[in-house]
Amino acid sequence: MPKRIDFMRSVLLGFLGLALFLGLWHGLSASGMVSPLFLPSPVEVLERFSTLLERRFAGATLPAHLAASFERFAYGFILAAAIGIPLGLLMGWFQILDEIVSPIFDGLRFIAPIAWVPFAALWFGTGIGGPIMIIFAGAFPPCVINAYRGAKFVDPRLIEAARMLGTPNHRVITEILLPASVPSIISGLRVSAGLGWQSLVGAELIVASTGVGYLMVMGQANVSTTTVMSGMIAIGLVGLALDTALRFAERMIQRRRGLEV
Amino acid sequence: MPRRLTIGAATILTLVVLWFLVTSVLGLIAPGRFPSPQATIAALDHVLFRGYAGGTLVEHVVNSLRLVLLGFLVAIVTGVPLGLLMGWNRTAEALINPVFLIIRPIPPLAWIPLAILWLGLGDGAKIMVIWFAAFVPSVINAYAGVRTIEKPVLEAAAMLGTPKLRFIVEVLVPAASPMIFTGLRLSLQASWTTLVAAELVGAFYGLGRVLNVAQQDLYPGMILVGMIAVAILGWATTKGLGMLEARALSWNQAAALAGKG
Repeated sequence: MPKRIDFMRSVLLGFLGLALFLGLWHGLSASGMVSPLFLPSPVEVLERFSTLLERRFAGATLPAHLAASFERFAYGFILAAAIGIPLGLLMGWFQILDEIVSPIFDGLRFIAPIAWVPFAALWFGTGIGGPIMIIFAGAFPPCVINAYRGAKFVDPRLIEAARMLGTPNHRVITEILLPASVPSIISGLRVSAGLGWQSLVGAELIVASTGVGYLMVMGQANVSTTTVMSGMIAIGLVGLALDTALRFAERMIQRRRGLEV
Repeated sequence: MPRRLTIGAATILTLVVLWFLVTSVLGLIAPGRFPSPQATIAALDHVLFRGYAGGTLVEHVVNSLRLVLLGFLVAIVTGVPLGLLMGWNRTAEALINPVFLIIRPIPPLAWIPLAILWLGLGDGAKIMVIWFAAFVPSVINAYAGVRTIEKPVLEAAAMLGTPKLRFIVEVLVPAASPMIFTGLRLSLQASWTTLVAAELVGAFYGLGRVLNVAQQDLYPGMILVGMIAVAILGWATTKGLGMLEARALSWNQAAALAGKG
């Protein structure tokens, strides 16, 4: 019983917090203390968001911009996973590869993904290639690191047992090493998706001519704060959806493995 | 691990030789796409002594470093106490958490256009986006840190009637500090990424500005110099934080031991 009251209380307080936040925001912009050009009210932002769903701004509607962004993101993310995960696994299994690649990787890791923008633009242009490279730069390291950790920290007893039973090498890989590293890989993918999505936004702010980031830059250039805020909302929603989907996949895989064992 | 070190050094050396071979000797990569070692050194000399994009390398570095540290400090000072408060006080948690959950999915880079609209291209906008980038991990980890404190510790402190201020200084902060430091490391990385992005979008000084101007001038040597500078600064500040952490946490361990004795 007290637990239920506690729950109700925290829900109520949560709504109160949200109401306070929105009320303060609305109050600030309605009172005229802050120019609405500077801080539009939440209602105005929502109105703008819904018009952007249908009316074109910066060359396309908001859903079309989002689709362009998402296409880039998907390419960059898939490329990062397709190269990063095998590389990480191989580094975890073969010490010599680890020793050769790690110093290069450690050096590159400290370059912020966004710092690749000039070379990306120079090598692949500002259409789709450049932004894909930036997303790749953001999403690649977590794929490698988590696959590496997953491969490296497999319980040695499992491998020893398999060896003792005379399991051939390729079966040790497919039946022990690979499955054992899946959870770590999946959580790496979640981090990757977040960083990739954020890098995409950065890339689009700087070089692209479509996409949500571009929409926001144009909003900024036209001093349309509502457009900028609508873009932020859209980016936040897509990021949240991505994270939720991967979290769901993570849980499903864990559950299935739980059943198998 | 001398073997690891030798192989690492050999790898880096091989890479440098390869770099020299494909750019200068064999000319496999056009100088307009990727600079040769000589061109990179010439660019370094250019920015170090004659200045580029409005200042010398030292001036750009000082400016970027100053902004990162300022934004980072403001984020710590505001974020850590908020996280501690949310972890400690149920009411505060219930009140603030929903607002936080709504703002959190918006990546820090997406705040850049809004920051420029609000504060222009100067230092204020940079500090605002860095603050935002570093604020979220600071809050989350301080909050999680308090949550990891074992209940008996809190109950013992309450039973002994520890005054609030002493409770915060001697129980809450030390017990949460490992997690707080994890948060700070994430915050610092996010700060660098965000600053470079913000400076690429628009700035008067800084390493991002160097990258931006070099991209427009099609000056690959300078792009590489800018990227290396970003990487070195990111590495150095992370290292500095790590040293601070080792010192703070060793004190913590000593205190815990003294408490036991």
